[in-house]
Amino acid sequence: MLVILLSAMLTDNFVLSKFMGICPFLGVSKKLDSAAGMGIAVTFVMICATLVTYPIHHGILVPNHLEYFDTVVFILIIALFVQLVENILKKCVPSLYSSLGVYLPLITTNCAVLGVTVLNIDNGYSFGQSIVNALGAGLGFMLALVIFSGVRKKLEYADIPETFKGVPATLIAASIVSVSFMGFSGLFN
Amino acid sequence: MAENKTLLTKEITKGIIKENPTLVMLLGMCPTLAVTTQAANGIGMGLATTFVLLGSNIVISALRKVIPDKVRIPAFIVVIASFVTLIGFLLEGFVPSLYDSLGIYLTLITVNCIIFGRAEMFASKNGVVASACDAIGMGIGFTLALFLMGSVREIIGAGQWLGFRIPVISEQPMLLFIMPAGGFFTLGVIIALVNKLSNKKPPQELSCSGCPNAEKCRKAGDCQ
Repeated sequence: MLVILLSAMLTDNFVLSKFMGICPFLGVSKKLDSAAGMGIAVTFVMICATLVTYPIHHGILVPNHLEYFDTVVFILIIALFVQLVENILKKCVPSLYSSLGVYLPLITTNCAVLGVTVLNIDNGYSFGQSIVNALGAGLGFMLALVIFSGVRKKLEYADIPETFKGVPATLIAASIVSVSFMGFSGLFN
Repeated sequence: MAENKTLLTKEITKGIIKENPTLVMLLGMCPTLAVTTQAANGIGMGLATTFVLLGSNIVISALRKVIPDKVRIPAFIVVIASFVTLIGFLLEGFVPSLYDSLGIYLTLITVNCIIFGRAEMFASKNGVVASACDAIGMGIGFTLALFLMGSVREIIGAGQWLGFRIPVISEQPMLLFIMPAGGFFTLGVIIALVNKLSNKKPPQELSCSGCPNAEKCRKAGDCQ
């Protein structure tokens, strides 16, 4: 369990080694608080999506030999779920909604969420392992976003050649952050 | 008629260079970075995406008057996910090696911004033929960008190209380039080169125009 958690967080970091969720990684990492907010929202949705998709896959799709509907069913569940969470938060916990609400709609088309649900099934994880994997992936995502928001703050004051300004410089900075995460590889085997 | 034809040719060519989805509009970054460790994988991913894009653009533009505006996003998602399942079956049956090397990224075509963006921006507003041309152009542009990325990374990182060994480089390949970090680096340099060559002001921020969430992003204040 601990190995799954840490490897999903560090060695197989979703953003920096599996390239999932690059769009929010580059788009929402300009400020520290929005990076953290997005990270928390993604972690939350990842765990909830796993809680729902796992029983559906093993309880409904497998017994009926409908595994090939995974993609269609999962993405619909995630889309529905994000909407549901948004509405519940809005009604019941308005304070949480005001801080996380804006990020929720962005998550529907975030490939990391679909990715983690599909990976849980592909890797043959048990229910408990799936949830731990989702938690690790979410925390890893948040870690990458928060670290990167710090790097970008420095980047803003750097004197960069005109051609590299903006996205190219951001990508190269991401590459360097990714190198630092390579240091974790081989930590667990 | 002749005018019509040039219009359609324009729909196709704009995706290849002027509005190249990856290098100019900066959409679909995840597959661009993830599968381009080899040039051949880049082509495979590009073609699979083109297939899904073509199918979903045709179906969505054909149904654009039937689908109510309020439920359009779930409706688009279902159409796209169905085509992704279809291409998954086709690849598994006919090109199992490519199916294995693309792995989970094949499923993730579903949430590729390019497909969603084209459905939202083009197919839901234009006719079937124009949408098909748009899909072909965007698909070719995406495939070329992936091929370019894959070639650079394979040549420098593994010392070979499409399976052929390249003398000198293959003695001491720079492994870093086929690792994740190399992907970010290569894409950054290629986009910078494209900016330089096209001689325009580089995009300061990721373009969110193609993203269905652009409006909400703007509200969150993180996307321009």
